[in-house]
Amino acid sequence: MAPEDFNYSQRKDHFEGVDFYELDELLTEEQKMVRLAVRDFVKKEISPYIEKWAQETHFPQEIVKKMGQLGVFGSYLPTEYGGGGLDYTSYGLMMQEIERGDSGMRSTASVQSSLVMYPIYAFGTEVQRKKYLPKLSSGEWLGCFGLTEPDHGSNPAGMQSRFKDMGDHFLLNGSKMWISNSPKADLALVWAKDENDRIHGLLLERGMEGFSTPETHNKWSLRASCTGELVFDNVKVPKENLLPGKSGLGAPLMCLDSARYGIAWGAIGAAMDCYHTALTYSKQRVQFGKPIAAFQLTQKKLSEMLTEITKAQVLAWRLGQLMDKGKASTTQISMAKRNNVAMALEVARECRQILGGMGITGDFSIMRHMMNLESVLTYEGTHDIHLLILGQHITGIPSFS
Amino acid sequence: MNILVCITHVPDTTSRIQFTDNNTKFDKSGVQFIIGPYDDYALARAVELRDQSGGKLTVLNVGEAETEPTLRKALAIGADEAVRINADPVDSLFVARQIAHHAKEGAYDLILMGRESIDFNGGMVHGMVGELLGMPSISPVMKLDIEGDKAVLSREIEGGKEFLEVNLPFIAGCQEPIAEWKIPNMRGIMSARTKPLNVIEPKEAEKAAEVKAYALPPAKGEVKLIEKENVEELVRLLNTEAKVL
Repeated sequence: MAPEDFNYSQRKDHFEGVDFYELDELLTEEQKMVRLAVRDFVKKEISPYIEKWAQETHFPQEIVKKMGQLGVFGSYLPTEYGGGGLDYTSYGLMMQEIERGDSGMRSTASVQSSLVMYPIYAFGTEVQRKKYLPKLSSGEWLGCFGLTEPDHGSNPAGMQSRFKDMGDHFLLNGSKMWISNSPKADLALVWAKDENDRIHGLLLERGMEGFSTPETHNKWSLRASCTGELVFDNVKVPKENLLPGKSGLGAPLMCLDSARYGIAWGAIGAAMDCYHTALTYSKQRVQFGKPIAAFQLTQKKLSEMLTEITKAQVLAWRLGQLMDKGKASTTQISMAKRNNVAMALEVARECRQILGGMGITGDFSIMRHMMNLESVLTYEGTHDIHLLILGQHITGIPSFS
Repeated sequence: MNILVCITHVPDTTSRIQFTDNNTKFDKSGVQFIIGPYDDYALARAVELRDQSGGKLTVLNVGEAETEPTLRKALAIGADEAVRINADPVDSLFVARQIAHHAKEGAYDLILMGRESIDFNGGMVHGMVGELLGMPSISPVMKLDIEGDKAVLSREIEGGKEFLEVNLPFIAGCQEPIAEWKIPNMRGIMSARTKPLNVIEPKEAEKAAEVKAYALPPAKGEVKLIEKENVEELVRLLNTEAKVL
């Protein structure tokens, strides 16, 4: 079927949120205003177009500037660098609302905020902060984060990308894979080993000789966001582009903590959208002379979904409190990311069943969310790896090294 | 340019409307409140005009403490300061009197509000404020530009449009497409924290009207769909069931 023949959904987005345990009482007026602003943004700029973008694997590059104007990039960084000076709970709520629209859109925002802006702020020089953060915050520039390699996913310490000190510059060789934003990124934060096997962060700008960003095609997931590789063929990187503040694997892992925190909230957004769609549909769809919402098996599905969404909300809210106090541990973040993404994927599958054949089509958001969440289950630490991180924390014995 | 925008604090358009106290009070539990949509358009245009010509944009609401998040949102959208007149907005004349008292002290060049609220839909306050202040009041204004000490505007009239020029100051009841409503950005939300929100006690506080009771419209009847080929059946049902023929 040609894309122009496709009957994209023109259904208006009436999403209102799910709050069974009155958790809104735990949010400040400001946090609620942040959530509503991003929800309104999604209804205006994402919902009317997302099914078409996903069907046509189109990354809407203009959304980057719009998100920048809204202020979702680096919202928790200080205002002097173009950040928003907001708390982590607000950041979580933003990620929830954007992912309610689409996980791919949330991925674009997460990468820019947590994986590019955060490390430049945390590990960069004052010159690097002033040079890059305002451009990334406004959405004038798009950034990406290069850690994963073709042969090193769950084990990033084994990375093969390396740089040599050539006196007046570094010479970088290697490649990265599964990099969100890479084909359109103006800036890449690349993690590579020096001659002493120590991992450092390097800032690469598009246009540097020997640096290319081939796109990954034929994805069944995150189809409205762009993914690609980063290839370094004798790239001369100016010495002032090294992030001096932190080296070793701990540096990129700190960035991942922040991004995984956003995912723990984001997944709730995808789940709420599916639940909202399935609930609405089940009250309208009539079989055997009554709405399918009247059947016990539909009610079981809906009840279990609401229970799981509510549990995930409590987990995310408490994690936000810990983040704001600077007390959240990597293991606590692992638990929330793992639980909430798996919950959202399960909710999406159950909702798809409630919609029957209609759930298969691009007229509804559910199967798009479901396919997106398959990526989210794997990226930023797989579902299994987070289990092993928890296992190590509980027993004190690492099972993967 | 010194602009005053009056906003209402109203239930979201999708709210379930219920009453309490023997149908004399609106049940606010679980209801999400928003800036009145027509007021939101007025505010959006006021932000644009303030940004073009400089000056100060004040946003005002007659309401009790519960309306402050709505005023903070208006500050996040771009108002410079907020005024809350601390009273339950019992009727249109009461609200108009409060606005007029404040406006007399404020020396505003322009007073904007929505064409009507979306809770009681009276659509009277702008006219009353004009009368109380002895200023022109025009509604529903769909386009508004300022040229020197004059405003150039257009408004909807029966079957067409009217193009007007009016000297400042004046009062406008606004509706779309006067401006595109604005989503506050994160910087605006942050800065709203520290912008002034002044609470003023009401003057001339007597009510002009009192609500005796509310009633919901009758529930929607069931819809019967009849295939377009089956006109005879339609006619029969209109005759025998609806009894309108």
